[in-house]
Amino acid sequence: MSNITINIDGKEVQTQEGEFILNAARANDIFIPAICYLTRCSPTLACRICLVEADGKQVYACNAKSKDGMNITTSTQTIEVEKRAIMEVYDVNHPLQCGVCDQSGECELQNYTLEIGVDSQSYAVKDVAREAIDWGHLHYDPGLCIVCERCVTACKDMIGDNSLKTVARGADALDADYKASMPKDAYSMWNKLNKSLIGLTSGEEMLDCTSCGECAAVCPVGALVDTDFMYKSNAWELKQIPATCGHCSAGCQISYDVKHTSIENPEDKIYRVMNEWNYVSLCGAGRYAYNYENRVEGKDEEAFSKAIEAFKKADTIEFTSTITNEEAYILQTLKEKHGYKLVNNEAKSFQTFLKDYSEISGTSLYGSDLKAVHNSNFVISVGSALKTDNPNARYALNNSMTVNKGAGIYFHPVKDPIIEGLAKGSMTIEHAPLQEEAALYLVLDLFADKSKLPTEVVEYLASFHSLKTVTVTETIKEKIVEIVKEMKVNEETGEEEEIEVEKSKMVPKKVSKEIEVDDNALLEILNAPANFEETLEKNLKKKDRFALVVGPDLYTHPNSKNLARLVALIEKYSKFEITMIPPLTNSLGVALICDLDDSKGSYTIGYNTKADFTLSALGDGDIDMPAMNQQEGTLTSINKRVNPTNAALEYKGYELNDIANVLGLSAENVIDYTPLLPLSAGFKSQNFDDLPNHYENDGTEVRGYVLENMPVSVSDDENVEKFSDARLEGTLIYLANPVKQFTPFTNNTNINQDGGIYMSEEYLSKSDLNEGDSVTIKTDNGELVVNIISDNKIAGDIAYLPTFDSKINSEALFSAYRFATASIQKV
Amino acid sequence: MNNEQFNNRDVSENGYYLVDIEDYPTDGWGKFKRVVKRTFRGELFVGLWVVLREMIRFDIHTVSYPQEKMPIGPRYRAVHEMKRLWESDAERCIGCGLCEKICISNCIRIDTKIDENSRKEVSEYSINLGRCIFCGYCAEVCPELAITHGGEYENASDQREHFLIYEDMLTPLDKMKAGTQLEFEGFGAITPHEDERVKKTPLAY
Repeated sequence: MSNITINIDGKEVQTQEGEFILNAARANDIFIPAICYLTRCSPTLACRICLVEADGKQVYACNAKSKDGMNITTSTQTIEVEKRAIMEVYDVNHPLQCGVCDQSGECELQNYTLEIGVDSQSYAVKDVAREAIDWGHLHYDPGLCIVCERCVTACKDMIGDNSLKTVARGADALDADYKASMPKDAYSMWNKLNKSLIGLTSGEEMLDCTSCGECAAVCPVGALVDTDFMYKSNAWELKQIPATCGHCSAGCQISYDVKHTSIENPEDKIYRVMNEWNYVSLCGAGRYAYNYENRVEGKDEEAFSKAIEAFKKADTIEFTSTITNEEAYILQTLKEKHGYKLVNNEAKSFQTFLKDYSEISGTSLYGSDLKAVHNSNFVISVGSALKTDNPNARYALNNSMTVNKGAGIYFHPVKDPIIEGLAKGSMTIEHAPLQEEAALYLVLDLFADKSKLPTEVVEYLASFHSLKTVTVTETIKEKIVEIVKEMKVNEETGEEEEIEVEKSKMVPKKVSKEIEVDDNALLEILNAPANFEETLEKNLKKKDRFALVVGPDLYTHPNSKNLARLVALIEKYSKFEITMIPPLTNSLGVALICDLDDSKGSYTIGYNTKADFTLSALGDGDIDMPAMNQQEGTLTSINKRVNPTNAALEYKGYELNDIANVLGLSAENVIDYTPLLPLSAGFKSQNFDDLPNHYENDGTEVRGYVLENMPVSVSDDENVEKFSDARLEGTLIYLANPVKQFTPFTNNTNINQDGGIYMSEEYLSKSDLNEGDSVTIKTDNGELVVNIISDNKIAGDIAYLPTFDSKINSEALFSAYRFATASIQKV
Repeated sequence: MNNEQFNNRDVSENGYYLVDIEDYPTDGWGKFKRVVKRTFRGELFVGLWVVLREMIRFDIHTVSYPQEKMPIGPRYRAVHEMKRLWESDAERCIGCGLCEKICISNCIRIDTKIDENSRKEVSEYSINLGRCIFCGYCAEVCPELAITHGGEYENASDQREHFLIYEDMLTPLDKMKAGTQLEFEGFGAITPHEDERVKKTPLAY
């Protein structure tokens, strides 16, 4: 794409060749009304209100691409007439119930009606009964729906659930006179609008999707509303606290919308979470798991003095990565001052993986981010249950496939119907656990520049190839010559006589022949489907931007070192750009700031994890700590960004900083440590209050700052060990969470649920187990009794155990790797 | 009349004149003289005579409050009332929150929730009369003519809150049944000839 200049309303605008006019205008603060268009998604062309005149021709700004030197006028007389008619049409039969509508105050129908100045109505059509429907966590009121299809577009192009579609409205046809009398675009828009409403793709009564709520967020009117927010508060009463979601490593920009709890209780309460849905999409946990705050009455001095005593006695601090960078810095400083051991297993494994990766790549961090994945057109994911480990990575995969006409390969042992159903180009390979190395070798084999790869690796890859003879049936066209007798008039005699004519024609014929083809043994090792190579060839056409997303399965893999080196080789010698999914919220930050230890000492203090003395933001420890929505600080995201988050709710108790101050540190607020974060790890010396947290009109992310990718000295050794054919077999369990859950924090909210062992419907129908049965799960490491939960978001034979339910100690069953062989018996 | 006239502060123009006020006495004797002069001026007796005269006449024009009360104008803005619908006797308030938003002294608060019929319900409504300045904005903005001012100006009680129980502000049902609910004619009321000014919307049926 090249930079070009176009002219909008007399203003010279720099943009890219092929950029939609609407986006070019928005990036340059030129207002063009648009209702149905969603940035990052494909144009829907439902509202038609973004009409502009480009080089004298009327086009839709949302799908007309810019060309160099284009002259665009956003307002002409015909366009104004169209816009006015379109807005009048939207107001036809729209109930005048703004007073009780949840969208009132932030409603685009209200805004555009006023903007265009609709003060009278010229059109009418008989309305049909449109009853409100409860879809579970969403409430759909078709009476308010303007069928802009933004929900459908978001669900298809961004989320990938494809749960919504347009359905028939069953209304009377428009008055025939309108076709001639109305402006053309307004009429066709109305004609389509009057025939459709939004419905569920599944045809069921309840919505069964990954519950991200993005459709309700993008709804311009009050048609789709979160059920738990209905009629709770008006939009204008809520104070928006800019923050960063603290549930997973995606670090999404959110705002906590707070207001007093009730007339009696003036304490603030979070009513909902909102996002800049044009530039960031949330998952169900981010949107609905917001009230995990730890409310305490006041400073518990007794517990505090006990905590100080415990810290004086302790030699180890164990913690999870749901902490801010500043707190991680406090812990690291405490370690330097008092010699504590810092234990955090998931961050440690990620830290080791990064270090092993750096040895070949020469950089301290992976090179890419999710934004690049969004913009690529061939994405591979290895070692991550993408849908639940990092929903945003899955959105990026889906978005790249739908909008960039891309394709992707998803390597994972757990069969995932959601990923399979994303888009046409989605290929899935369910390899056996422990075989992740084979997957990465396959990527190297298929995509790396073999002339540059270390010779040993090239030879090793070649060893998987063999020639094999296969019998192929081909359909070829064969030329057949036939002699046909024809009657022809003899020109000389004038008589009709029979002559023989030779005629040839092409006839399809099936031939089977034996040919020698290259056989890639890696495909077989990985259980790739039979037609994988053909599909891949087809899907690789016209692909030029490649992305590889690797996930937490690799970090805990027994051969994680090999995997890290393979990832680095792929980055170095192929066109793939690498993004790594940090296992938890701030694992990347912790891995960069803290010097972590492997083993615990004799007396351990646990921060958000059970230990001899527990500091807990979940409210179940020996001393209470503030939860992430009550803290200010920074979080390091998968995009290598240090994002600021603010306290949405007041916290009255003691925090880690108070303890650290007694132990010899000195800071009034935790954020005093923000500029002190280690520069050597890529952090910048910036004050917390200077960190921005918003998006520009052109989608530029202005949030915190991006970590510097520091150069690391490399060894010349680029060899990778061969992989063994060790694989886990038998009954397998996996350590993962269901959708909407990440940690005990997501469960400490109004989406609270009981965990269990999650099995696919396929698994349950094959075994004699039923949902709700209590089972004993035994592995080499331990034993657990839990209930069976049926999960239709997975398929196949691998069951998974969650980590979000603090009542179930799933980790005890696993060594380090996320898969384990187990026996499952009914109690 | 325009502002320039007032901006010109030259007292010699525009018919300004100085009021003839004696200088204040500065010494003790002067002050004593002034007191004596004011005390025995006779004006006191003028006043006393008026009182005496009216007392003897027995046709007093003052109202003997609280036995007697003056009628209050229909636009008078005293303690708020919540009206009911004539058709169904149901509460008019739909919980839109506009009064809460517009209130310049921030004294209105509403709690709403979804009721069993999936409609918006006002679960609690409160006006802090200690802050209310009776400006009438809430009545003016109310799209349902639900909150209005009333004529109740006697605000003496142990606590101000006694006037603001939502149920007390609501027109009592017996009054509704008797058809004696009064529409408020002040701020927010429908103006005369409103029908003529409304643009009609076409209907297909």
